[in-house]
Amino acid sequence: MSETTAPPPESQAPVPDKNLPEHTAGTGSRASQVLREVATGGFGVTVLAFVLALVVGAILILLVDPDVQEAAGYIFARPSDFFGAAWSAVSDAYSAMFRGAVVNYQATDAAGFFRPITETMTLATPLIIAALGVAVAFRAGLFNIGAQGQVIMGATLAGFLGFTWNLPAGIHLLFCLLGGIIAGGIWAGIAGFLKARTGAHEVIVTIMLNYIALYLLQYLLTTSAFATGNQPKSPSVASSAQLPLLLGDGFRLNAGFLLAIAAAVFVWWLMTRSTIGFQFRAVGSNAHAARTAGMNVTTTFILVMVVSGALAGLAGATQVLGTEKFLTDGIAGSLGFDAITVALLGRSKPMGIFFAGLLYGGLNVGGRVMEVSTGTPIDIVLVIQSLVVLFIAAPPLVRAIFHLPAPRGLSKGVAA
Amino acid sequence: MKLELRGITKRFGPLVANDHIDLVVEEGEIHALLGENGAGKSTLMNVLFGLYTADEGTILLDDEVREFDGPGDALRAGIGMVHQHFMLVPVFTVAENVMLGHEETRGAGLLDLDAAREHVVALSKRFGFGLDPDAVVENLPVGVQQRVEIVKALARDAKVLILDEPTAVLTPQETDDLMEIMRQLAASGTSIVFITHKLREVQEVADRITVIRRGAVVGTAEPTAPVGELADMMVGRAVSLGVDKAPPQRGEETFHVSDLTVIDGVGNRVVDGVSFSIAQGEILAVAGVQGNGQTELTEAILGVQESAGGSITLDGRELRGLRPDQVLTAGVGFVPEDRTVDGLVLDFTVAENLVLDLVSRSPYSKGVAMNLAAIRSNADERIDEFDIRTQGPAEEVGRLSGGNQQKVVMARELSRSLKLFVASQPTRGVDVGSIEFLHKRIVAERDAGTPVMIISTELDEVAELADRIAVMYEGTIVGIVDADTPREVLGLMMAGVPLETARERATQHEGDDQ
Repeated sequence: MSETTAPPPESQAPVPDKNLPEHTAGTGSRASQVLREVATGGFGVTVLAFVLALVVGAILILLVDPDVQEAAGYIFARPSDFFGAAWSAVSDAYSAMFRGAVVNYQATDAAGFFRPITETMTLATPLIIAALGVAVAFRAGLFNIGAQGQVIMGATLAGFLGFTWNLPAGIHLLFCLLGGIIAGGIWAGIAGFLKARTGAHEVIVTIMLNYIALYLLQYLLTTSAFATGNQPKSPSVASSAQLPLLLGDGFRLNAGFLLAIAAAVFVWWLMTRSTIGFQFRAVGSNAHAARTAGMNVTTTFILVMVVSGALAGLAGATQVLGTEKFLTDGIAGSLGFDAITVALLGRSKPMGIFFAGLLYGGLNVGGRVMEVSTGTPIDIVLVIQSLVVLFIAAPPLVRAIFHLPAPRGLSKGVAA
Repeated sequence: MKLELRGITKRFGPLVANDHIDLVVEEGEIHALLGENGAGKSTLMNVLFGLYTADEGTILLDDEVREFDGPGDALRAGIGMVHQHFMLVPVFTVAENVMLGHEETRGAGLLDLDAAREHVVALSKRFGFGLDPDAVVENLPVGVQQRVEIVKALARDAKVLILDEPTAVLTPQETDDLMEIMRQLAASGTSIVFITHKLREVQEVADRITVIRRGAVVGTAEPTAPVGELADMMVGRAVSLGVDKAPPQRGEETFHVSDLTVIDGVGNRVVDGVSFSIAQGEILAVAGVQGNGQTELTEAILGVQESAGGSITLDGRELRGLRPDQVLTAGVGFVPEDRTVDGLVLDFTVAENLVLDLVSRSPYSKGVAMNLAAIRSNADERIDEFDIRTQGPAEEVGRLSGGNQQKVVMARELSRSLKLFVASQPTRGVDVGSIEFLHKRIVAERDAGTPVMIISTELDEVAELADRIAVMYEGTIVGIVDADTPREVLGLMMAGVPLETARERATQHEGDDQ
């Protein structure tokens, strides 16, 4: 009898939303409200931006495909040839990408069928972790361009501890991961410290630290402590320090992916459930008010950068302990910069970053397969990635193309 | 030029900002548009200025229907607007600012600065503005900058001048000057729409008054109407413009500031050897024209501003040299003078802002984990207690009206037990209804035995709240006087005249009158 008095969701509802339904009830049905939220909020624009980027990518594929070019030569004589060639060029390229990134439906065994998605997850692992780091800084109003350098430093120390120390399995791995976290944290902490103490802008400092990290690694790889023979390449990390494979020897997917999930959950908790994250966000949104409320803004700057760099360092550690196993000067690839894009793409939210990282990883893996099987240059993938970011950075453009309503207030009729 | 608005309606989604508003402004008339914050005054003027398109209704100029598609059209039709926040380029000179947007050129695209300069000089002379066309705007006092805005409008032949809350940023003296200018402009045939929520000014300068409440006209009045009547129309209920407060029950003097000095970045002694004490159960109001060191004084107490010397003690404990969080923990409640800059994080929710400086304490957190349930129930209680008009604890504070934002700050600071309450400009930009409420809360805090320090540039507010008044001028305290000190004396002291001299001059003045 008594359980009917209180609606169940009410009791465990988190802070937001209690009064919202009552308020929004007057403005239209719940469904249209949700639709509007999706259309005007970040998520809808992100999806549509991706669709648009694929469309532009398709046009580029047409432009570079030799069959299409040939058929275009006699387009008026036999237009069907042209459209046939165009369709097959685009569908071949994108289906190859899908086979490369998600599942290979042409495979003969289960392992081959599922391998692409595991590769996507493997590539996404360091991207997600580093992007979480960039996002923490974003939310606190700092622009950490230095993820690249922090990834390099994290990978360097984690790798070094991995191939020089001898510790029991498990402990060795934790030790190396911790090393990566600390190295990245310190590297970014330098930028935070300089900003807090001297006002030096974190963008410039972190960019410079990127170079220092890269050249430091290159130098280390020439020393006897790091190099193997004359190769600019380190020895492999001990097996006791390697991240365990999750699906056996046939796949590269390793426990780093679990770390990525854990990192996402941690960042979510940090930013929304902890007083530290509250302070980060307050300083990011209004440093004056934060200061007046007794928060130490300069200390916060340092702390934010340390957390951000620690995550990037962890990303570097998973790269060297899980995927690459040894250090080269290309250990970070363009990870640190891609991480900025992924953070943007994920709107600095852990869940968004998780999926944005998978998408990004998938595009890279799929792009390789596309290039091998259809001859479409992998650069198309880079173009698609760039376009996604471009479109996301210009939501009004995407809304205009899809005739979506503008957010809040300025209602001009709902289409699409 | 005669301006007439007929049945203007403007909706923003479900919100009706203007509901069939009719307004007639005769040529040469000063027409006051009176209403609380959020009543729809600014929306209406933005419709008139072409910034918004009305959903219904017509605008007539000299009985002719006009439609404005943007401010350009409105300007050409002879409507000028002086925004509350000035639209001036700070590094340009007065003449350059005046010509901005309709630059005159002579041949070859060269700017004809001389023409603009002459324009400024001519207008300035005609209305006694005293403007130097070559002065750089950022170096001018706020009141003079406002005159530049007015000249800008007049230079474009504005026949109707809209002044949006023009006195909000002015000192009392500058306000008087502005009113004089308004009278002159009206005498020369310019129609003026004067948007405000300050009753005293309306009575002083307006020819007619239209009162707007919740987007609709609730009535018109003559300036001779009693203040109480106007206030009633504005807020829709009787507002007591005098807070009933009992005489103070002065306890022990627990808060002492002695010889406090603050030196700013360029070496000025912005707070210069200030000393005073506040007893429990007493309100000390610091009066003074803005910019005489009040801000720095409060910031030095909180510890966000470094002080060069002196001491600040609360219950015998030295506060000087402590960090802001330590000062807050010592039991100081602090309401900063500018809520949107220092008081609130605008894109945080109401609930989050209500614990902005409390979040790391029990019960709002345990270790570093926030207790969302406690934060939430605190928000529900404060919203209820302070009658904060919001959709709920999860609404962004930036979407609330100014008065409700201020209530959030006050609610937060008064929600814990205090040993000292410091509030700067506690009701600036707040509507009449909220002012009354906030004043009552301040008095209630005093009656609970807390020493209270109020910093206000509004003499009305000072007179209403103070048990004693300290007047600041150029970083020093000119004198600390009783609350019943005549206004003329206070006014003279605010201009730096020492107490005794001020008393003499004020009595002399009275003598002259008789």
